[in-house]
Amino acid sequence: MQSAAVGGKRGARSAALRARRRTLRRGWGRGRGRWVGRGVVWGLAAGVPLVFLGVFFAYPVVSLVARGFVTDGGLDLSAFAEVFGRDRTWRVIGLTLAQATVGTAIAVVLGVPGAYLLYRTSFRGRGLVRAFVVVPFVLPTVVVGVAFRSVLAPHGPLGFLGWDGTFAAIVAALVFFNYAVVVRTVGGFWAHLDPRAEQAARALGAPPLRAFLAVTLPALTPAIASAAAIVFLFCATAFGVVLVLGGLRYGTVETEIWVQTTQMLDLRSAAVLSVVQLVVVAGVLAAAGRARTRRERALALGAPERVTAPRLALGGPDRRVGDRSAAAVTGVVVVGLLGMPLGTVLVRSLRTGSGWGFGNYANLATTGGPNTLNVTVWAAALTSLRTAVDATVIAVVIGGLVALVVSRRPRARNARRAVSLLDAVFMLPLGVSAVTVGFGFLISMHRPLGLDLDLRGSTVLIPIAQAVVATPLVVRTVLPVLRAIDSRLHEAAAVLGAGPARVLAHVDWPVAARSLGLAVGLAFAVSLGEFGATSFLARPDRPTLPVVIFRLIGRPGADNLGMAFAACVLLGAMTAAVMALAERLRSGAAGEF
Amino acid sequence: MARLVRIVTAVGALTALSGLAACSAIGGNGSSGDASGATADAGTVVLVTHDSFALPDELIAAFEADTGLTLETRAPGDGGALVNQLILTKDAPLGDVVYGIDNSFATRAIDEGILEPYTPDAAVQKYAVDDKGYLTAIDVGDVCINVDHEWFAAAGIPEPTTLQDLTDPTYRDLLVVTNPATSSPGLAFVLATIGAFGEDGWVDYWAALRDNGVQVAAGWSDAYYVDFSGPSSEGERPLVLSYASSPPFEVPEGADVAPTGALLDTCFRQVEYAGVLAGAANPEGARAVVDWLLSPEVQAAIPDNMYMYPVTDVALPDSWLKFAPLAPEPFTVDPSLISQNRDGWIQTWTDTVIG
Repeated sequence: MQSAAVGGKRGARSAALRARRRTLRRGWGRGRGRWVGRGVVWGLAAGVPLVFLGVFFAYPVVSLVARGFVTDGGLDLSAFAEVFGRDRTWRVIGLTLAQATVGTAIAVVLGVPGAYLLYRTSFRGRGLVRAFVVVPFVLPTVVVGVAFRSVLAPHGPLGFLGWDGTFAAIVAALVFFNYAVVVRTVGGFWAHLDPRAEQAARALGAPPLRAFLAVTLPALTPAIASAAAIVFLFCATAFGVVLVLGGLRYGTVETEIWVQTTQMLDLRSAAVLSVVQLVVVAGVLAAAGRARTRRERALALGAPERVTAPRLALGGPDRRVGDRSAAAVTGVVVVGLLGMPLGTVLVRSLRTGSGWGFGNYANLATTGGPNTLNVTVWAAALTSLRTAVDATVIAVVIGGLVALVVSRRPRARNARRAVSLLDAVFMLPLGVSAVTVGFGFLISMHRPLGLDLDLRGSTVLIPIAQAVVATPLVVRTVLPVLRAIDSRLHEAAAVLGAGPARVLAHVDWPVAARSLGLAVGLAFAVSLGEFGATSFLARPDRPTLPVVIFRLIGRPGADNLGMAFAACVLLGAMTAAVMALAERLRSGAAGEF
Repeated sequence: MARLVRIVTAVGALTALSGLAACSAIGGNGSSGDASGATADAGTVVLVTHDSFALPDELIAAFEADTGLTLETRAPGDGGALVNQLILTKDAPLGDVVYGIDNSFATRAIDEGILEPYTPDAAVQKYAVDDKGYLTAIDVGDVCINVDHEWFAAAGIPEPTTLQDLTDPTYRDLLVVTNPATSSPGLAFVLATIGAFGEDGWVDYWAALRDNGVQVAAGWSDAYYVDFSGPSSEGERPLVLSYASSPPFEVPEGADVAPTGALLDTCFRQVEYAGVLAGAANPEGARAVVDWLLSPEVQAAIPDNMYMYPVTDVALPDSWLKFAPLAPEPFTVDPSLISQNRDGWIQTWTDTVIG
């Protein structure tokens, strides 16, 4: 009887052991399967943008730069000694850094009050001002050059400043273009910042400035660092503005590359300068990344509660000093810096050969002076719009994927390093010369990667080229918002039983969607105004609006000039309309911005 | 209820997507010019040109009807950039025929071997670059100093007539030119001074111009529309570097007198050439295009559409006959000399004038 009992117990225990082993194995197998599945998904999310960037950016650029370093089949680095031995090279590098630094500093200092006014307060006509602020970003540089020079020339309204042809004019133009980037990037982030921390500081007796400096500014650092990085890159690679306003006296690395590549066909010097540009870009990105990560912590952005912007209080008993100073600074910038050149464009678009009137706008339906163009301006506008739609879709999808991947904080150190490397890699297109990309396309898009295709004349390349430039902006707009989501929310959701996909859909997506409207608008603006790389890919029978404006302004005759300005007003209006629309396009939560 | 919302959202998203596809440029016109095979069809000829190329649709349609070919144009750049791109893509030409190579880059194009010789019957020998017939002249233009008659009349000063006059203190701070490194008329003007004063004298001339207050603009647009005092702009300088064909466009409707004019003793003759690209996929089509560009209809359409003078003997528009004569004796420089020395000349110019 005893032996039977012992045998029974042993049997039961081993059965139980076997059962547990089975469960463990099954459980382990399921867990491993889950990890593999997750790895595949994230691998895809990172892989698709990488492939896109590799084929349409790295491959053309490397093809062109390599030509400068390979002579007769062998690696030849003597070009470095040659180029760095010239005085002009050092002067040009110094000028580039100076312009970019000063331009970025001023843009950030002016942009933060603007961000406050436009995204943290509400007043009537705010949407209009927001849209207005973005218009400079889109205008072709040749027109801006003419408009700026009209204002700064000795006979212009600001002629007394004597800035025509000086460093100050270039910096002013750079700030003119990039003000919108700072305002929208910082503003978009600030709009979601929980005001309670600052309110608590105020309640505890801190004066407004102290509360701002001690509480809000550190919290804003990720967004400011992002914006500063982009603006620095834009300023360092600015081409048209520098050429028109500063000529070759104030040349930058970008204008040198352009002259060497397109005019002199000196690919060796151009290659060395491209490498210099890349090094500068990498340095800037590293510095910005460090500034960011030091301050990054989970801010209360994940909370779905609305942050309502209080009404602007300029006068009366509730007036806030912050509101007044922000309004003053922004007013001067918007009216003075942005308004005067844009006003010049508007005014000159109303001047026809026979006095004032809307004749130029009526002429938009024609093909310009005696057949200056081969399509009407409206047709060109439509082509621009359609290309921009394509480019925006590509940029938002790719940029969104990148932002998603880069916003993860994996535990493994190598994975974290890989993630920050991915972040830096995707900013590179902003730092490489458009000429290099454009010429690179010409030599690499014939039989790309051995396929029997000639993509060089294809209409597909233009939106792709524009998307390559717009993607980093999308990433920089969406990323700070995603990064600031408290990881404990993810963990909480996971603990409550949500799978990874569900967590993404319910925690990340609502927050990301809020900034997606901004990202769409910015990508659209970039692609509408993109002229650098696309001028190499243009099809003369289907020109875009900036190309048409460029053609019109390159012709004598008051009619052509008037039409060029009218077309600019059209371009600006299109952008402003799309921006305003994109901002409303979010999960029905009106009134939040 | 939640289900209904989800269905409605899905339908809305689908409609938005299809609307987006209709708006898409890629989705819209899938036909011409998409990723084609490495060899073009026998029915297409690709013309590589600069972005100032414009001819009336009727002429192009007539060409296509006559030859049975479809004409596609690519404009990857202009002037020097165009030639350099063709050189870069020598092994895989961008098209079949090129139009828009001008005389300052002609020899470079020939030396790099990007062209095939072809001499059409209607070719004009006067502007031939060499005797092998690689390039065919299609149109010409003169780059001259333009003068604002009204300004000089109001100021009571006699207008300058020659290049040497421009260094006279009477005309101090009155001239604006463009940068030869970035502007094709700018380069043409420097070549005019080299043609006028020789390779030994032109640098001193520019030093004298610099001391006389010449302003250098980056491109034609801001020189003409910002600094020039002509009717279309409010600048202060009545002497601007432009084209002999610019004055008719400043003439108001129905007027008989032109407010601006060109100084015909300061001109450099620019010639634009067309040529068949070496390694073209459709060389017969390319030759047909070159013939077509020399045909009377196209030559007659060139002034109004491309602001240049035809090279064959066709009638010019009336306003051009009245207000835009070609220079009788423009300055010229041998194209091979230009090819060899252009980069050095630009560097010397930059050092002398900009410093």
